[in-house]
Amino acid sequence: MIAGLYRDGNSVLHRAQAGAKILAMVALGTGVFLIPDWPVVSLVLVSVIVLYRISGFGWATMTAQIKPMFWLLAIFFAVQLWLNDWQAGLLVITRIAAIVMFASLVTLTTKTSDMLASLERAMRPLKPLGVNPEKVSLAISMVLRFIPVIATVASEIRDAQRARGLDRSILAMIVPLIIRTLKMADDVADAIEARSFD
Amino acid sequence: MKTKDIVYIALFAALTAVLGLFPPITLPITGVPVTAQSLGPMLAGAILGARRGGLSIVLFLVLVALGLPLLSGGRGGFGVMVGVTGGFIFGWAISAFVIGLLIEKFWNRLNVVNAAVSIAFGGIVVLYAIGNAWVAVAADISYWQATVGAAPFLIGDAIKVAIATAACLAVRRSYPLISKSA
Repeated sequence: MIAGLYRDGNSVLHRAQAGAKILAMVALGTGVFLIPDWPVVSLVLVSVIVLYRISGFGWATMTAQIKPMFWLLAIFFAVQLWLNDWQAGLLVITRIAAIVMFASLVTLTTKTSDMLASLERAMRPLKPLGVNPEKVSLAISMVLRFIPVIATVASEIRDAQRARGLDRSILAMIVPLIIRTLKMADDVADAIEARSFD
Repeated sequence: MKTKDIVYIALFAALTAVLGLFPPITLPITGVPVTAQSLGPMLAGAILGARRGGLSIVLFLVLVALGLPLLSGGRGGFGVMVGVTGGFIFGWAISAFVIGLLIEKFWNRLNVVNAAVSIAFGGIVVLYAIGNAWVAVAADISYWQATVGAAPFLIGDAIKVAIATAACLAVRRSYPLISKSA
Protein backbone atom coordinates (compact mmCIF):
# COMPACT_ATOMS: atom_id res chain seq x y z
CA MET A 1 0.00 0.00 0.00
CA ILE A 2 1.22 3.50 -0.82
CA ALA A 3 1.84 5.68 2.23
CA GLY A 4 0.10 9.04 2.11
CA LEU A 5 1.73 12.37 2.90
CA TYR A 6 -0.08 12.56 6.26
CA ARG A 7 2.07 13.08 9.36
CA ASP A 8 0.76 11.86 12.65
CA GLY A 9 -0.08 14.35 15.38
CA ASN A 10 -2.73 15.49 17.82
CA SER A 11 -3.04 19.22 17.23
CA VAL A 12 -6.17 21.29 16.63
CA LEU A 13 -5.64 20.96 12.88
CA HIS A 14 -5.14 17.20 13.11
CA ARG A 15 -8.47 16.89 14.89
CA ALA A 16 -10.40 19.30 12.64
CA GLN A 17 -12.83 17.97 10.03
CA ALA A 18 -11.29 17.39 6.59
CA GLY A 19 -14.13 19.28 4.90
CA ALA A 20 -13.65 22.28 7.18
CA LYS A 21 -9.94 22.40 6.39
CA ILE A 22 -10.61 22.24 2.66
CA LEU A 23 -13.12 25.10 2.95
CA ALA A 24 -10.56 27.10 4.93
CA MET A 25 -8.05 26.45 2.17
CA VAL A 26 -10.46 27.71 -0.48
CA ALA A 27 -11.27 30.77 1.67
CA LEU A 28 -7.59 31.57 2.20
CA GLY A 29 -6.81 31.11 -1.49
CA THR A 30 -9.65 33.42 -2.50
CA GLY A 31 -8.90 35.91 0.25
CA VAL A 32 -5.28 36.56 -0.67
CA PHE A 33 -6.34 37.28 -4.24
CA LEU A 34 -9.16 39.61 -3.17
CA ILE A 35 -6.78 41.66 -1.00
CA PRO A 36 -3.78 42.46 -3.21
CA ASP A 37 -1.90 44.16 -0.41
CA TRP A 38 1.53 42.82 0.57
CA PRO A 39 1.47 43.63 4.32
CA VAL A 40 -1.87 41.79 4.71
CA VAL A 41 -0.72 38.79 2.68
CA SER A 42 2.58 38.68 4.62
CA LEU A 43 0.55 38.58 7.82
CA VAL A 44 -1.44 35.66 6.42
CA LEU A 45 1.84 33.90 5.59
CA VAL A 46 3.14 34.47 9.12
CA SER A 47 -0.11 33.03 10.50
CA VAL A 48 0.31 29.95 8.32
CA ILE A 49 3.85 29.54 9.68
CA VAL A 50 2.48 29.82 13.22
CA LEU A 51 -0.09 27.13 12.33
CA TYR A 52 2.76 24.81 11.32
CA ARG A 53 4.32 25.33 14.75
CA ILE A 54 0.97 24.76 16.49
CA SER A 55 0.52 21.54 14.50
CA GLY A 56 3.90 20.36 15.76
CA PHE A 57 5.92 20.71 12.54
CA GLY A 58 9.48 22.00 12.54
CA TRP A 59 11.28 24.26 10.11
CA ALA A 60 12.49 21.29 8.05
CA THR A 61 8.93 20.18 7.23
CA MET A 62 7.91 23.75 6.54
CA THR A 63 10.73 24.53 4.10
CA ALA A 64 10.32 21.13 2.40
CA GLN A 65 6.83 22.23 1.27
CA ILE A 66 8.03 25.36 -0.48
CA LYS A 67 11.51 24.24 -1.59
CA PRO A 68 10.47 22.68 -4.96
CA MET A 69 9.21 26.07 -6.16
CA PHE A 70 11.97 28.19 -4.63
CA TRP A 71 13.60 29.08 -7.97
CA LEU A 72 10.28 29.77 -9.60
CA LEU A 73 9.42 32.20 -6.80
CA ALA A 74 12.83 33.84 -7.16
CA ILE A 75 12.19 34.31 -10.90
CA PHE A 76 8.71 35.72 -10.25
CA PHE A 77 10.15 38.19 -7.75
CA ALA A 78 12.81 39.26 -10.24
CA VAL A 79 10.22 39.68 -13.01
CA GLN A 80 8.03 41.87 -10.80
CA LEU A 81 11.06 43.88 -9.72
CA TRP A 82 11.85 44.46 -13.37
CA LEU A 83 8.27 45.24 -14.48
CA ASN A 84 6.98 47.04 -11.35
CA ASP A 85 8.57 47.37 -7.93
CA TRP A 86 9.66 45.28 -4.95
CA GLN A 87 6.25 45.58 -3.26
CA ALA A 88 4.61 43.88 -6.25
CA GLY A 89 7.28 41.17 -6.11
CA LEU A 90 6.74 40.62 -2.43
CA LEU A 91 2.98 40.39 -2.94
CA VAL A 92 3.34 37.72 -5.62
CA ILE A 93 5.73 35.48 -3.70
CA THR A 94 4.08 35.82 -0.28
CA ARG A 95 0.70 35.08 -1.87
CA ILE A 96 1.92 31.90 -3.58
CA ALA A 97 3.83 30.83 -0.46
CA ALA A 98 0.80 31.37 1.81
CA ILE A 99 -1.56 29.39 -0.43
CA VAL A 100 0.87 26.53 -1.08
CA MET A 101 1.98 26.23 2.53
CA PHE A 102 -1.55 26.22 3.89
CA ALA A 103 -2.67 23.67 1.28
CA SER A 104 0.30 21.47 2.18
CA LEU A 105 -0.58 21.82 5.84
CA VAL A 106 -4.10 20.52 5.12
CA THR A 107 -2.57 17.47 3.42
CA LEU A 108 -0.03 16.96 6.24
CA THR A 109 -2.69 17.00 8.95
CA THR A 110 -5.45 14.99 7.23
CA LYS A 111 -5.40 11.20 6.88
CA THR A 112 -6.03 9.93 3.36
CA SER A 113 -8.92 7.86 4.77
CA ASP A 114 -10.55 10.97 6.31
CA MET A 115 -10.09 12.83 3.04
CA LEU A 116 -11.73 9.90 1.23
CA ALA A 117 -14.64 9.92 3.69
CA SER A 118 -15.34 13.59 3.04
CA LEU A 119 -15.07 12.99 -0.69
CA GLU A 120 -17.72 10.28 -0.37
CA ARG A 121 -19.94 12.66 1.59
CA ALA A 122 -19.43 15.40 -1.00
CA MET A 123 -20.37 12.99 -3.80
CA ARG A 124 -23.72 12.03 -2.27
CA PRO A 125 -25.69 14.98 -3.73
CA LEU A 126 -24.26 14.11 -7.17
CA LYS A 127 -26.00 10.73 -7.22
CA PRO A 128 -29.00 11.94 -9.29
CA LEU A 129 -26.50 13.18 -11.90
CA GLY A 130 -25.27 9.64 -12.47
CA VAL A 131 -22.25 9.66 -10.14
CA ASN A 132 -22.22 6.29 -8.39
CA PRO A 133 -20.20 6.51 -5.13
CA GLU A 134 -19.70 2.71 -4.98
CA LYS A 135 -18.16 2.71 -8.45
CA VAL A 136 -15.92 5.66 -7.57
CA SER A 137 -14.75 3.82 -4.43
CA LEU A 138 -14.11 0.68 -6.48
CA ALA A 139 -12.08 2.71 -8.98
CA ILE A 140 -10.03 4.35 -6.21
CA SER A 141 -9.18 1.07 -4.53
CA MET A 142 -8.32 -0.45 -7.88
CA VAL A 143 -5.80 2.30 -8.66
CA LEU A 144 -4.09 1.75 -5.31
CA ARG A 145 -4.05 -1.99 -5.85
CA PHE A 146 -2.66 -1.79 -9.37
CA ILE A 147 0.08 0.83 -9.02
CA PRO A 148 2.53 -1.74 -7.54
CA VAL A 149 1.41 -4.37 -10.06
CA ILE A 150 1.96 -2.08 -13.06
CA ALA A 151 5.26 -0.89 -11.57
CA THR A 152 6.42 -4.52 -11.41
CA VAL A 153 5.32 -5.11 -15.00
CA ALA A 154 7.25 -1.97 -16.02
CA SER A 155 10.46 -3.27 -14.45
CA GLU A 156 9.96 -6.69 -16.07
CA ILE A 157 9.61 -5.04 -19.46
CA ARG A 158 12.67 -2.90 -18.80
CA ASP A 159 14.72 -6.03 -18.06
CA ALA A 160 13.40 -7.79 -21.15
CA GLN A 161 14.18 -4.83 -23.40
CA ARG A 162 17.62 -4.40 -21.85
CA ALA A 163 18.39 -7.99 -22.88
CA ARG A 164 17.48 -6.95 -26.44
CA GLY A 165 19.53 -3.76 -26.23
CA LEU A 166 16.36 -1.67 -26.38
CA ASP A 167 16.49 -0.19 -22.90
CA ARG A 168 17.18 3.30 -24.29
CA SER A 169 13.98 3.29 -26.33
CA ILE A 170 10.99 4.75 -24.47
CA LEU A 171 8.61 3.40 -27.12
CA ALA A 172 9.86 -0.17 -26.69
CA MET A 173 9.04 0.29 -23.03
CA ILE A 174 5.70 2.08 -23.23
CA VAL A 175 3.86 0.06 -25.90
CA PRO A 176 4.23 -3.35 -24.15
CA LEU A 177 3.38 -1.63 -20.86
CA ILE A 178 0.10 -0.29 -22.30
CA ILE A 179 -0.82 -3.60 -23.94
CA ARG A 180 -0.16 -5.54 -20.76
CA THR A 181 -2.16 -3.00 -18.74
CA LEU A 182 -5.11 -3.34 -21.14
CA LYS A 183 -4.94 -7.16 -21.02
CA MET A 184 -4.85 -6.98 -17.24
CA ALA A 185 -7.91 -4.69 -17.32
CA ASP A 186 -9.85 -7.28 -19.31
CA ASP A 187 -9.03 -10.02 -16.81
CA VAL A 188 -9.88 -7.81 -13.84
CA ALA A 189 -13.20 -6.78 -15.40
CA ASP A 190 -14.08 -10.44 -15.97
CA ALA A 191 -13.18 -11.25 -12.38
CA ILE A 192 -15.34 -8.40 -11.04
CA GLU A 193 -18.28 -9.34 -13.24
CA ALA A 194 -17.99 -12.99 -12.21
CA ARG A 195 -18.63 -11.76 -8.66
CA SER A 196 -21.78 -9.93 -9.88
CA PHE A 197 -20.68 -6.40 -9.06
CA ASP A 198 -23.06 -3.85 -10.57
CA MET B 1 -20.88 2.83 -17.34
CA LYS B 2 -19.82 -0.78 -17.67
CA THR B 3 -17.49 -2.53 -15.25
CA LYS B 4 -14.88 -2.84 -17.97
CA ASP B 5 -14.86 0.93 -18.50
CA ILE B 6 -14.29 1.51 -14.78
CA VAL B 7 -11.38 -0.93 -14.86
CA TYR B 8 -9.82 0.80 -17.88
CA ILE B 9 -10.23 4.17 -16.14
CA ALA B 10 -8.63 2.88 -12.93
CA LEU B 11 -5.77 1.09 -14.64
CA PHE B 12 -4.85 4.11 -16.75
CA ALA B 13 -4.86 6.25 -13.62
CA ALA B 14 -2.49 3.69 -12.10
CA LEU B 15 -0.37 3.72 -15.27
CA THR B 16 -0.08 7.52 -15.04
CA ALA B 17 1.13 7.13 -11.45
CA VAL B 18 3.70 4.51 -12.53
CA LEU B 19 4.98 6.84 -15.29
CA GLY B 20 5.78 9.29 -12.49
CA LEU B 21 8.23 6.76 -11.06
CA PHE B 22 10.46 6.92 -14.15
CA PRO B 23 13.43 9.18 -13.48
CA PRO B 24 13.16 12.53 -15.31
CA ILE B 25 15.52 13.24 -18.20
CA THR B 26 17.24 16.63 -18.15
CA LEU B 27 17.48 18.28 -21.54
CA PRO B 28 20.95 19.43 -22.57
CA ILE B 29 21.79 23.18 -22.54
CA THR B 30 18.42 24.40 -21.17
CA GLY B 31 18.42 22.08 -18.13
CA VAL B 32 14.66 21.65 -18.37
CA PRO B 33 13.53 18.43 -16.70
CA VAL B 34 11.30 16.16 -18.79
CA THR B 35 9.17 13.67 -16.91
CA ALA B 36 7.39 10.68 -18.41
CA GLN B 37 4.29 11.35 -16.33
CA SER B 38 2.73 13.89 -18.68
CA LEU B 39 2.61 11.09 -21.26
CA GLY B 40 -0.18 9.69 -19.08
CA PRO B 41 -2.92 12.15 -20.10
CA MET B 42 -1.88 11.92 -23.77
CA LEU B 43 -2.02 8.12 -23.70
CA ALA B 44 -5.25 8.01 -21.68
CA GLY B 45 -7.04 10.25 -24.18
CA ALA B 46 -5.55 8.66 -27.29
CA ILE B 47 -6.16 5.07 -26.20
CA LEU B 48 -9.30 5.18 -24.06
CA GLY B 49 -11.10 8.03 -25.82
CA ALA B 50 -12.59 11.26 -24.46
CA ARG B 51 -14.88 10.05 -21.67
CA ARG B 52 -12.82 7.23 -20.21
CA GLY B 53 -9.50 9.00 -20.82
CA GLY B 54 -10.65 12.23 -19.18
CA LEU B 55 -12.15 10.37 -16.21
CA SER B 56 -9.00 8.32 -15.66
CA ILE B 57 -6.99 11.53 -15.25
CA VAL B 58 -9.70 13.01 -13.00
CA LEU B 59 -9.40 9.86 -10.88
CA PHE B 60 -5.62 10.20 -10.79
CA LEU B 61 -5.96 13.84 -9.65
CA VAL B 62 -8.48 12.84 -6.96
CA LEU B 63 -5.90 10.44 -5.52
CA VAL B 64 -3.24 13.16 -5.58
CA ALA B 65 -5.67 15.51 -3.80
CA LEU B 66 -6.41 12.85 -1.18
CA GLY B 67 -2.77 13.16 -0.15
CA LEU B 68 -0.99 10.41 -2.05
CA PRO B 69 2.49 11.18 -3.43
CA LEU B 70 1.72 10.08 -6.98
CA LEU B 71 3.09 13.04 -8.94
CA SER B 72 6.62 12.61 -10.33
CA GLY B 73 9.27 13.15 -7.71
CA GLY B 74 6.96 11.73 -5.06
CA ARG B 75 4.95 14.94 -4.75
CA GLY B 76 1.24 15.15 -4.01
CA GLY B 77 -1.42 16.70 -1.84
CA PHE B 78 -3.13 20.05 -2.18
CA GLY B 79 0.13 22.01 -1.97
CA VAL B 80 1.35 21.07 -5.45
CA MET B 81 -2.11 21.36 -6.97
CA VAL B 82 -2.67 24.95 -5.86
CA GLY B 83 0.94 25.90 -6.62
CA VAL B 84 2.31 27.82 -9.58
CA THR B 85 2.09 24.84 -11.94
CA GLY B 86 -1.40 23.81 -10.74
CA GLY B 87 -2.96 24.81 -14.07
CA PHE B 88 -0.85 22.25 -15.87
CA ILE B 89 -1.90 19.55 -13.40
CA PHE B 90 -5.64 20.29 -13.58
CA GLY B 91 -5.29 20.89 -17.31
CA TRP B 92 -4.23 17.26 -17.80
CA ALA B 93 -7.82 16.08 -17.38
CA ILE B 94 -9.14 18.50 -20.02
CA SER B 95 -6.16 17.73 -22.22
CA ALA B 96 -6.91 13.98 -22.10
CA PHE B 97 -10.58 14.66 -22.87
CA VAL B 98 -9.80 16.87 -25.88
CA ILE B 99 -7.24 14.38 -27.25
CA GLY B 100 -9.84 11.63 -26.86
CA LEU B 101 -12.48 13.63 -28.72
CA LEU B 102 -10.17 14.29 -31.65
CA ILE B 103 -8.82 10.74 -31.84
CA GLU B 104 -12.40 9.39 -31.79
CA LYS B 105 -13.29 11.76 -34.60
CA PHE B 106 -10.38 10.59 -36.76
CA TRP B 107 -10.55 6.96 -35.60
CA ASN B 108 -11.52 5.25 -38.87
CA ARG B 109 -8.90 7.11 -40.88
CA LEU B 110 -6.31 7.60 -38.16
CA ASN B 111 -2.77 8.11 -39.46
CA VAL B 112 0.49 9.58 -38.19
CA VAL B 113 -0.48 13.10 -39.22
CA ASN B 114 -3.95 13.43 -37.74
CA ALA B 115 -3.01 11.46 -34.62
CA ALA B 116 -0.01 13.72 -34.01
CA VAL B 117 -2.11 16.85 -34.64
CA SER B 118 -4.81 15.62 -32.24
CA ILE B 119 -2.33 14.83 -29.48
CA ALA B 120 -0.37 18.05 -30.01
CA PHE B 121 -3.56 20.14 -29.94
CA GLY B 122 -4.87 18.61 -26.73
CA GLY B 123 -1.52 17.97 -25.10
CA ILE B 124 0.19 21.26 -25.95
CA VAL B 125 -2.24 23.95 -27.21
CA VAL B 126 -5.07 23.23 -24.75
CA LEU B 127 -2.80 22.30 -21.84
CA TYR B 128 -0.57 25.36 -22.17
CA ALA B 129 -3.59 27.65 -22.60
CA ILE B 130 -4.82 26.54 -19.16
CA GLY B 131 -1.40 26.23 -17.52
CA ASN B 132 -0.14 29.62 -18.75
CA ALA B 133 -3.34 31.38 -17.70
CA TRP B 134 -2.85 29.97 -14.19
CA VAL B 135 0.81 31.07 -14.09
CA ALA B 136 -0.18 34.54 -15.35
CA VAL B 137 -2.67 34.96 -12.48
CA ALA B 138 -0.35 33.48 -9.83
CA ALA B 139 2.69 35.54 -10.85
CA ASP B 140 0.72 38.66 -11.78
CA ILE B 141 2.21 38.81 -15.26
CA SER B 142 0.56 38.99 -18.68
CA TYR B 143 -0.58 35.90 -20.54
CA TRP B 144 2.03 36.60 -23.20
CA GLN B 145 4.85 36.75 -20.63
CA ALA B 146 3.73 33.44 -19.12
CA THR B 147 3.73 31.87 -22.58
CA VAL B 148 7.30 33.02 -23.23
CA GLY B 149 8.34 31.59 -19.86
CA ALA B 150 6.83 28.21 -20.66
CA ALA B 151 8.50 27.97 -24.09
CA PRO B 152 11.56 25.91 -22.99
CA PHE B 153 9.23 23.11 -21.92
CA LEU B 154 7.88 22.76 -25.47
CA ILE B 155 10.89 20.65 -26.52
CA GLY B 156 10.05 17.94 -24.02
CA ASP B 157 6.37 18.05 -24.91
CA ALA B 158 7.10 17.76 -28.61
CA ILE B 159 9.08 14.58 -27.86
CA LYS B 160 6.15 13.27 -25.81
CA VAL B 161 3.69 14.00 -28.61
CA ALA B 162 5.87 11.90 -30.93
CA ILE B 163 6.04 9.03 -28.43
CA ALA B 164 2.31 9.15 -27.66
CA THR B 165 1.47 9.22 -31.39
CA ALA B 166 3.59 6.17 -32.12
CA ALA B 167 2.21 4.36 -29.07
CA CYS B 168 -1.39 5.24 -29.96
CA LEU B 169 -1.00 3.90 -33.50
CA ALA B 170 0.77 0.74 -32.33
CA VAL B 171 -1.88 0.02 -29.71
CA ARG B 172 -4.67 0.76 -32.23
CA ARG B 173 -3.32 -2.03 -34.46
CA SER B 174 -3.10 -4.63 -31.71
CA TYR B 175 -5.67 -3.57 -29.11
CA PRO B 176 -8.24 -1.07 -30.43
CA LEU B 177 -10.59 0.27 -27.75
CA ILE B 178 -12.28 3.14 -29.55
CA SER B 179 -14.63 1.65 -32.10
CA LYS B 180 -17.99 3.35 -32.06
CA SER B 181 -17.43 6.62 -33.94
CA ALA B 182 -18.38 6.90 -37.59
